[in-house]
Amino acid sequence: MSPDVVVVGAGIIGAACAEALSAAGLRVTVLERGALASGTTAAGEGNVLVSDKAPGPELDLARASRRRWPRLLAALREELGPRAAETEWDPKGGLVVATTAEAVAPLAEFAAAQRTAGVRADRIDPARARDLEPHLTRQVTAAVHYPEDAQLQPVLAATTLLAAVRARGGEVRAGTTVTGVVRDAGDRVGGVRTDRGSLACGAVVNCCGPWAGSFAAAAGAPVTVLPRRGMILVTAPLPPDTVRRKVYDADYVGAVASGDAELQTSTVVESTRAGTVLIGSSRERVGFDGTVRVEVLRELARKAVALFPVLADVPVMRAYGGFRPYAPDHLPVIGADPRLPGLWHATGHEGAGIGLAAATGRLLADLFTGAAPELDPAPFRPDRPAVMSQAVISPAVISPAVTGPDGETAA
Amino acid sequence: MSRAHRGAEPRDAMSRVVVVGGGPAGMAAARAAAKAGVDVVLIDAGAKLGGQYHRQDSRAGTERFGLPPGVEHLAESVVWALEPVPGGHRVHLRTGPADAPGRTGRSIDTPALVLATGAYDQVLPFPGWELPGVYTAGAAQALAKGQGVRVGERVLLAGTGPFLLPVARSLLAVGAEVAAVLEAGNPARWLARPAGLLAGAGKLGELAGHTAALARHRVPYRTRSAVVAAHGTDRVEAVTTTRLRPDWTEVPGSRRRLDVDAVCIGYGFTPQLELAVAAGCALDGGFVTVDSAQQTSVPGVLAAGELTGIGGAELAAAEGEVAGASAARRLGARPAPPVRALRAVRRGRRFAAALAAAHPVRAGWHGRLREDTLICRCEEVRYGELRDAVREREAYGGRALKLVTRAGLGLCQGRICGRVVAELTGELTGEPGQSAAFARRPIAAPIRLGELAESPSAHREPGAGPPRVAE
Ligand SMILES: Cc1cc2nc3c(=O)[nH]c(=O)nc-3n(C[C@H](O)[C@H](O)[C@H](O)COP(=O)(O)OP(=O)(O)OC[C@H]3O[C@@H](n4cnc5c(N)ncnc54)[C@H](O)[C@@H]3O)c2cc1C
Ligand SMILES: Cc1cc2nc3c(=O)[nH]c(=O)nc-3n(C[C@H](O)[C@H](O)[C@H](O)COP(=O)(O)OP(=O)(O)OC[C@H]3O[C@@H](n4cnc5c(N)ncnc54)[C@H](O)[C@@H]3O)c2cc1C
Repeated sequence: MSPDVVVVGAGIIGAACAEALSAAGLRVTVLERGALASGTTAAGEGNVLVSDKAPGPELDLARASRRRWPRLLAALREELGPRAAETEWDPKGGLVVATTAEAVAPLAEFAAAQRTAGVRADRIDPARARDLEPHLTRQVTAAVHYPEDAQLQPVLAATTLLAAVRARGGEVRAGTTVTGVVRDAGDRVGGVRTDRGSLACGAVVNCCGPWAGSFAAAAGAPVTVLPRRGMILVTAPLPPDTVRRKVYDADYVGAVASGDAELQTSTVVESTRAGTVLIGSSRERVGFDGTVRVEVLRELARKAVALFPVLADVPVMRAYGGFRPYAPDHLPVIGADPRLPGLWHATGHEGAGIGLAAATGRLLADLFTGAAPELDPAPFRPDRPAVMSQAVISPAVISPAVTGPDGETAA
Repeated sequence: MSRAHRGAEPRDAMSRVVVVGGGPAGMAAARAAAKAGVDVVLIDAGAKLGGQYHRQDSRAGTERFGLPPGVEHLAESVVWALEPVPGGHRVHLRTGPADAPGRTGRSIDTPALVLATGAYDQVLPFPGWELPGVYTAGAAQALAKGQGVRVGERVLLAGTGPFLLPVARSLLAVGAEVAAVLEAGNPARWLARPAGLLAGAGKLGELAGHTAALARHRVPYRTRSAVVAAHGTDRVEAVTTTRLRPDWTEVPGSRRRLDVDAVCIGYGFTPQLELAVAAGCALDGGFVTVDSAQQTSVPGVLAAGELTGIGGAELAAAEGEVAGASAARRLGARPAPPVRALRAVRRGRRFAAALAAAHPVRAGWHGRLREDTLICRCEEVRYGELRDAVREREAYGGRALKLVTRAGLGLCQGRICGRVVAELTGELTGEPGQSAAFARRPIAAPIRLGELAESPSAHREPGAGPPRVAE
């Protein structure tokens, strides 16, 4: 029997959409060209943050997601058992610190605005900050504690969501590249074309992360989603409690909101269950260039040591990174594509896709089934100018060989 | 100007051949390039030259290998990162004892980089292999040759390939008793490849010498045999051995117990690939692809020695000589074609191919893994956990696999278990294992966060002149 929906891409976003669609009773097939959760989702950290977002639609989505994650994970533990649903969820809280006199006022203003939007953002004095994090630098000039910040392990989270899809009778196929969509007689989505043959379906959800732009172009409905590179350092395991929360310097916020192409780094220091400390992350716009630049690693190291001087003697074991998918206006792209009925997008989550996944899956499923969404979907519409106006239809990718002639029946 | 350039001294800026690795391949490369009249920097992690094969006693006050003038040897220096710069590559290194503070940092730009980082030997896990007293054959040999230390009083060697023999000999030389050498394959297969055999005539003579030495010491050499378990509480006290069928499954009823206090394991070699992978060099079958001039797929990067295949020290040296001449050419020198070395490389490669064909690793060993057999020692991942994680989470690729199983995420970064994990998950999922994913280590050697944080300009030599502007 052919599926109601094919989800393309098994990253955290595809997994969350597939989970929510299958929970709504739809027959779902997930197709992933590589191994499950092997794209951006395996290349980042697992911060589920409200602290780094200014009031606006992304913060609304983040708050909804932060509420939904623990509930969703609890339900999945019931459904799948504790081992299959292990995601290393840890509501450890975040601590944002300023280390210069100039940064004190902007941080206070930022936190005040977040409080009016409903975020718990507690101003604490530097001494209290050092109580919370004993190894923190003495240079702290101001600090805000965000008890709602949490973390999970992205690959475990994605594979847990996919396990639920399978448990409900859905299918998850790795090693299958979707090369285009098949249109039916009514010029709607009638199926997908893959490197392993075609598959009929009623709808397709584009969850291709930083490659969502190419997939959309191949489907004949281009959207602008670009890669923004990021690198992370991982230390050798440290004694427990060396770093307790997510600790980051206040200039993080500036880096997220900025559109500068040149290198930006802002340090987020956090420990994992394995005892390693993750130091992330940089933001560079270099296309899909994977070459590691030592200058980037140096900058991360410098800022981490400035926050936690004790880390200077700790060996770095590895560095890794990936490409955050972003839309030009830095908002996720979630919803139906009006140009091609049956085509949906859920992508463009940039540096927050892990955190935003739970609410994104839910929002997409609500829009799909016609249920009333929990939050206003308008800011995330795929047909907003920032996402569609600059997108060009390249003749090379829209050739019939890729999209298929109208009315062709899929196998 | 680029900030990172501030640290480069003029002589570190695109003016010299850089060779990484001071084994037979790297030394030969440095000599050949110097002979062609160009300046060379030879960087090696060891306190002394020689690499694995010519490992010197680090306690002795002498240095056995001379290098021609024009070669600057940086000992105890580790290249921890490599990055492209316009016109070539920049190597980042730290000099000084690895576990002491105060290592100094430096970066050198070069239009001609020779990678000769060698290979390390591979362990196949078995119950008890995590006990103290279990070593890789290479580590045992390094301790014997480099420090005169014997890993045990009574030692068993097990694995496959002719390089177990010289290790046994090194152990005898430091006064250890060698209980037996267990070869899992059947070297009679050599006869099936007369061309390779002929090509390896010199090598075989050397190996025959080892065999004779073992015979003199009455060391039993058993083919189609393997160690299947190590026993002991705080360290190895005994092992169980078995006879193998050609597919490496066990011959029933052939188990024997042997009292030993150390075991050395070597099932072939894994090349030390991280710098080659960081440079973006194409690989084939797990080794770096090179042309007849030892050029990799990346312009300005050459590779020699065990990075390109396993064929012994002579082949490594011949490849090094060819690579050194090619590197010199990139700096404008016009050395005569190294005809003899080129011929030796061709001959050596035939021997290497025969060696690889004669000592394959057969999958029969998987059957001896138990639920609780450790696969990854650093992260303490057991076979049962690996299997369940792979099956339940359908994880098989690269980082996702590592994050689900944690195998390969520990201190050794998958150097010990990467190939094994890839092989086992390949079997469990039916998808080809991706062992190359484990070689992607942009930080090629551990570096302290504080060292990484240092600006390279902290180490500019006085009077080195104005910073070079390269971009
Ligand atoms: C360094 C770094 C740190 C980060 N830290 C955080 C953090 O702390 N918190 C947070 O919330 N977010 C973080 N992120 C961002 C987060 O990782 C991403 O937003 C998120 O992973 C995006 O998920 P995705 O499913 O959209 O994309 P992906 O995970 O990339 O998934 C897309 C999938 O689609 C597949 N695909 C593509 N094309 C096709 C095709 N044609 N056919 C079939 N399959 C296809 C790909 O193989 C891929 O697996 C970080 C990112 C980076 C790089
Ligand atoms: C146990 C054992 C026994 C052997 N017995 C024999 C034998 O009897 N006969 C024979 O012909 N061959 C033998 N071999 C094989 C022989 O060791 C190799 O053929 C030869 O050493 C390969 O030379 P190479 O120059 O490629 O690498 P190596 O000799 O391994 O040299 C590589 C060098 O690179 C250095 N290096 C690596 N990475 C870095 C880095 N990032 N920064 C700085 N330095 C780095 C290492 O410290 C090392 O010194 C044996 C090998 C082993 C492991």
